[in-house]
Amino acid sequence: MTTPAISVKGLIKRFGEAEVLHGIDLDIPQGQVTCLIGPSGSGKSTLLRCMAFLEEATDGLIFINGEPLGFAPGPQGKPVRLPAARIRAVRSQIGMVFQQFNLWPHMTALGNVSEALKTVHGVRKNEAEERAMIQLKKVGLAERAGHYPSQLSGGQQQRVAIARALALEPKIMLFDEPTSSLDPELTGEVLNVMRSLAADGMTMVVVSHEIGFAAAVCQQIAFLDHGKLLMTGTPQQIFGKPRHPRLDQFLDTYLDRGAAMLV
Amino acid sequence: MSWKLFELLVQASLYTVLISFISITIGLAIGMVVSAAALSPSRALSVPGRTFVSFFRGVPLLVQLLLIYNLLPALGLNVPSVVAAITGLSLCTAAYQAENLRGGFQSVPRGLLEAADMAGLSAFQQFRRIRAPIALRLAFPSLVNEAIMILKASSLVSVVGIVELTRMAQDLAASTYRPIELFSAAGLLYLIINWLIASGGSLFERSFRWGRP
Repeated sequence: MTTPAISVKGLIKRFGEAEVLHGIDLDIPQGQVTCLIGPSGSGKSTLLRCMAFLEEATDGLIFINGEPLGFAPGPQGKPVRLPAARIRAVRSQIGMVFQQFNLWPHMTALGNVSEALKTVHGVRKNEAEERAMIQLKKVGLAERAGHYPSQLSGGQQQRVAIARALALEPKIMLFDEPTSSLDPELTGEVLNVMRSLAADGMTMVVVSHEIGFAAAVCQQIAFLDHGKLLMTGTPQQIFGKPRHPRLDQFLDTYLDRGAAMLV
Repeated sequence: MSWKLFELLVQASLYTVLISFISITIGLAIGMVVSAAALSPSRALSVPGRTFVSFFRGVPLLVQLLLIYNLLPALGLNVPSVVAAITGLSLCTAAYQAENLRGGFQSVPRGLLEAADMAGLSAFQQFRRIRAPIALRLAFPSLVNEAIMILKASSLVSVVGIVELTRMAQDLAASTYRPIELFSAAGLLYLIINWLIASGGSLFERSFRWGRP
């Protein structure tokens, strides 16, 4: 049995009084696409952000390819916080794509993609930009390399953001609602890039409302509701009948959005 | 008014520009450190940072200049009065620029820093490459405004014996009995310099118009 790419163990997250994740256990298998689906407020984005240690879990542990991220198991069972440099080292295996793209506005597309290579990895400017261009070509934006984020459409910005993450050669890519702030026409170009990434065998975790994408591209689907993992399985297991009543109710909300052609 | 008098005024205005420019530059550097300190989660840094701002913003510049001018020799530092003048102006503008920059720093969207976290940038690398450049761009219009304020406030350094534009006009008015012409000319020179600063600012702002968050 190979080590899971990400292993979430007993994850609890509270924001003040409110507990948004009530003890999640989930393994993300290597080389597969896992989709986290669920209604708004179910905790799926929080779970993904915990996997990247952008949110600190209240309790529980995250392992990236077997290595603890953020907190390590302590002597008395109480997790202990790891030093910042250790967090950066483990986190370097993960690339993240955000709903709001989060491109650095004062840098061109090429600058965004080559920044960490230059600043963090000490790659010379020429080489960093060459490597960045390869990634921009991969997402079909080589001719937009000199444009600033504000000169690009939402879909183009998100593809630059994907290129920026890929430039650091991550082993795992996390997508936090990557198409939710795009209009339907631009959604397709981002999903296409994600499809080809999946076809290349990238381990991916995707929080998305694109049920069609989840059904067609993911090997594993995890359905969250009210901070609990209600079910995990293949698309056939999740979407096939008989369905969990809560899932049925959730999917009903998608019918009018033309997502009726499920597996 | 003779060309000779006008030439003396222009020379004095160069002195005004020089003192202001040096003070604004030093003040920006200090302001950067002070605003970073004021925003620090550590109280050992944020309290001194905020205290610096309240002191230099709360005490009149004229009083600060007179205080520094008398304090430095009392501390055994016999420096020329121009150093006292630049010190006073720099510390005062540092407080205002720190406040402008603090606004800039606080307006940097959190997501940009999360992206930097994921790209592996350390806290210092994030400050240098992401937070500071964006904060400077956001605060730039108010920094230009502050530069203009300081250029005008530099007339106060005459109290420590510096003969800059205002003082020169005063001296010449006293010896020629032509105050209206001399102060009009001085006012015109201030106006021209500030117009140049404002235009330079807008030009520069346009050069990074795409880079604003």
